[in-house]
Amino acid sequence: MNTLVYDGTFEGLLTAVFEIYERKLYPVKLLKGEWRSGALFEEIIPIVTDEARAGRVLKGLRKKLSAAGVQRLYISHMAEIAGEDCNVLGFIRHVFDSDQNIEEDYGNKYVMRLSEILKMVRREKHRMEAFVRFQKLNDGTFYAAIEPDFNVLPLLIKHFKSRYADQKWMIYDVKRAYGLYYDLHDTQFIEMDFAELNKPINVIAAYSEDEGVYQNLWKDYFASLYIPSRKNTGLHIRHIPKRYWRHLTEKI
Amino acid sequence: MNVDRITEKLNILADAAKYDVSCASSGSDRKNKDKGLGNASNGICHSYTEDGRCVSLLKILLTNHCIFDCAYCVSRKNNDIKRAAFTVQEVVDLTINFYRRNYIEGLFLSSGIFKNADYTMERLVHVAKKLRTEHNFNGYIHLKSIPGANAELMHEAGLYADRLSVNLEMPTEAGLKLLAPDKNRQDMIDPMRFLNQEIIRNTEEKKLFKNAPIFAPAGQSTQVIVGATPESDQQVLQSADYFYKSFNLKRVYYSGYVPVLADKRLPALNTAVPLVRENRLYQADWLMRFYGFHVNEIVNNQNPLLDLDIDPKLSWAIRNMYAFPIDINKADLQLILRVPGIGLLSAQKIVAARKFSGLGWEQLKKIGVAINRARYFITCKSNEFERRDLTGQNIKQFIMAQSQSKYIKNTQTQLNLF
Repeated sequence: MNTLVYDGTFEGLLTAVFEIYERKLYPVKLLKGEWRSGALFEEIIPIVTDEARAGRVLKGLRKKLSAAGVQRLYISHMAEIAGEDCNVLGFIRHVFDSDQNIEEDYGNKYVMRLSEILKMVRREKHRMEAFVRFQKLNDGTFYAAIEPDFNVLPLLIKHFKSRYADQKWMIYDVKRAYGLYYDLHDTQFIEMDFAELNKPINVIAAYSEDEGVYQNLWKDYFASLYIPSRKNTGLHIRHIPKRYWRHLTEKI
Repeated sequence: MNVDRITEKLNILADAAKYDVSCASSGSDRKNKDKGLGNASNGICHSYTEDGRCVSLLKILLTNHCIFDCAYCVSRKNNDIKRAAFTVQEVVDLTINFYRRNYIEGLFLSSGIFKNADYTMERLVHVAKKLRTEHNFNGYIHLKSIPGANAELMHEAGLYADRLSVNLEMPTEAGLKLLAPDKNRQDMIDPMRFLNQEIIRNTEEKKLFKNAPIFAPAGQSTQVIVGATPESDQQVLQSADYFYKSFNLKRVYYSGYVPVLADKRLPALNTAVPLVRENRLYQADWLMRFYGFHVNEIVNNQNPLLDLDIDPKLSWAIRNMYAFPIDINKADLQLILRVPGIGLLSAQKIVAARKFSGLGWEQLKKIGVAINRARYFITCKSNEFERRDLTGQNIKQFIMAQSQSKYIKNTQTQLNLF
């Protein structure tokens, strides 16, 4: 068994693929850098990300996959689902080993797994489009905190930018400690120091005057919609899993 | 802003609107214009009530004052409830502020009839117009067309709204006469016909002139209340089929009657909401719209009622065992769509995947096929074939013994309650 350790980036992964083919490594295991200490007794091959090599692999993938197929592969990797590197690698091998485009070969376990991963990521992305709850701050910026299971913030740019074109907004991934900020023209990724911000007095002062009013109206509206004779708690929780509740105005 | 008064109005007018089941915010393709607010191209459910229904739009009545006295409606003239009415500006402010916080996809505005149809419709249109022209709001707007309103107003509504709907209320004319003696079926069908013609005309115009104004881009829908009157599922679905075909409706919604009023023409107040029946009607509706089933295959004179214990596709399959088994690796997509336990997406995946290699049980399971149902009706790359010489009734028993239907549990608790 050859264990390859790479930096977790997509380019790093593609560089690893290059090494595997060039050095004819088989069987292989692929790990992200931070897990290095766990594999003490195995022989470890560190991968240094190399843009030229990654580029050659990407070019090869583009020849054998549709543009959408390459995009799907990229998204699956960027979502950072733990332990999925080997499946992504398996998929890439299957791409290179076949003469035809294998994107729809759902009988193959790697293609199927990639499609499952993609489904999970898409669902999470869609949920974030639905469950973001902006709060209006004093300076007119609309702020929302999220904690998605997968790293989907970069996938949200297009949606929110085209929707809230006339207001400044920020969506912050609390779990991964980075956010997305739109300033009426462009979006950019940002990091914030919350130590000061999180004090209750600062938080209340930061909200616009009518923020509390609309939060309460929304909560009231939500409560008015419920038809007790149709109560279905199981269905309710299936639609809004509890892990999302802490950021949902109507569930706080 | 008088917060207490607005809060009270919102409570009254959201409560009165919650029985309208239309919830869709999809089907339009309105884009964000000139860096304005919002777009209507996604169809996102932003929350779910404790009864599991989705919350996608701010669904409210403009007022619950009403000159009609329909037995099934909480806002009926003779019901002793609190009345309220929003001003146009109040609805606009609520919509904009909810939308900016990403609570909603847009507005669903309905209303009790006050004074007369035109007066009411005019105000609904005014709200939509203000949102579009003064606030550059491009979110979704669904307006209820008020039966009897004049054509000019209906036309104007279509210029600002994404979807328009006229509620049929009861599946048949006789049912309507019984419960809503003031209302006339023809008054509901006329605006549907008018809207359909306008939508067709607009589509033609669009082909010729790119800049022609859009008219109700998400089309029209309707809803029927089920279980308040004794119509069979056959009557309900045939009526839906007629409206889909005649007026190009995007959706027919089926609303299981929630007993809210004591009236000797209606089911008693403690009658359970027909949730299972409502669910089966939606499944049947899907079979008609996406799976290529003709309404008479689902319900007919021999089978006027949908099975409550199994879904309508399984029900059709066990009545038509001669059509099976089908070979999953060879059959046309249209046939695969008829297999119980195989949905639209799974069917498409099967047809795509089998070009690479024949599919077996394991792979079908991975693709998302509900094997516990499908295995009696298909063959695949495997020697195992589950059907043996089972009759339709045997299969039904096997499937039911294995599956612990969520609905069976539901019905039981409801029965115990009363």
